[in-house]
Amino acid sequence: MTARTNSLSLSISQRIAAGLALLFVGLSLTYAVGFSSLAVAHNTAHDTRHAIGFPCH
Amino acid sequence: MIGRVILAALLAGIAAGLIMGAIQHVRLTPLILEAETYESQSHSHDHAAPAAGEAAPAAEAGHDHGEGWAPADGWQRTLGTTITAALQGAAFAAVLAGISLLTGLPITRENGIIWGLCGFLAATVAPAAGLPPELPGLPAADLMTRQIWWIGTTAATGAGLYLIAARREAWAVALAIVLVALPHVIGAPLPVTHESAVPPYLAATFVANSIAANAILWSLLGLFLGLALNRHARDIYAT
Repeated sequence: MTARTNSLSLSISQRIAAGLALLFVGLSLTYAVGFSSLAVAHNTAHDTRHAIGFPCH
Repeated sequence: MIGRVILAALLAGIAAGLIMGAIQHVRLTPLILEAETYESQSHSHDHAAPAAGEAAPAAEAGHDHGEGWAPADGWQRTLGTTITAALQGAAFAAVLAGISLLTGLPITRENGIIWGLCGFLAATVAPAAGLPPELPGLPAADLMTRQIWWIGTTAATGAGLYLIAARREAWAVALAIVLVALPHVIGAPLPVTHESAVPPYLAATFVANSIAANAILWSLLGLFLGLALNRHARDIYAT
């Protein structure tokens, strides 16, 4: 993360870095909520997995 | 700036996810609970029935894997569902925003709902064509095979939609058609039998309500994302 300047435009490398970070966060969270076979993750997210339409048990 | 963009995207997703959680509570979870009352009949062969006296909570919450911690029915289960719905909203919003930043295609107040509907097509409609949203107790093929098909279908459909949105060349349109169609030509993994104790009306009601709920989730998610990023759009997409 770079310095927080109020109206500084993102450079292209910053935009790509932020995009990759967002993609990583989004896919990791999706894995945890929708795909992980850990019993705790499955049981807690069970109804959400069904509701979203993820394959579940 | 980067931190603020990431935070804005996640908050937009959480807001949409919480609304999804509320819809689930009213329209979807009751159908799941009803289906679970049939599940023991469909799956009696591989899930030993627990002893009658102590079984009430375990039989419902831990209905299928029967291992590890599971939220008890009632507020625990509702809380788990609500939190995971909010997290999934944040996750989908992060993926959309990530794609937007990586491709340089802006998400704005005007086009946010279109982004959301593209997410709906890629992550709900396309996979549902092969693997309709399932209720507990319905027979299904091997889990990992279905997960791979789901991920592949969503990724291929998303890539196809990107090509249609971003490119005008004939090859891009042709490739997009192939990407969108290919998962359905390959075909989703199907169970050996479709026999189930879950009544057909229940399964059909769940599929329709799940797809409708996801349409709302993705529309709101796109709208909120557009509103959240619009303020920063000139800085985000300056390059």
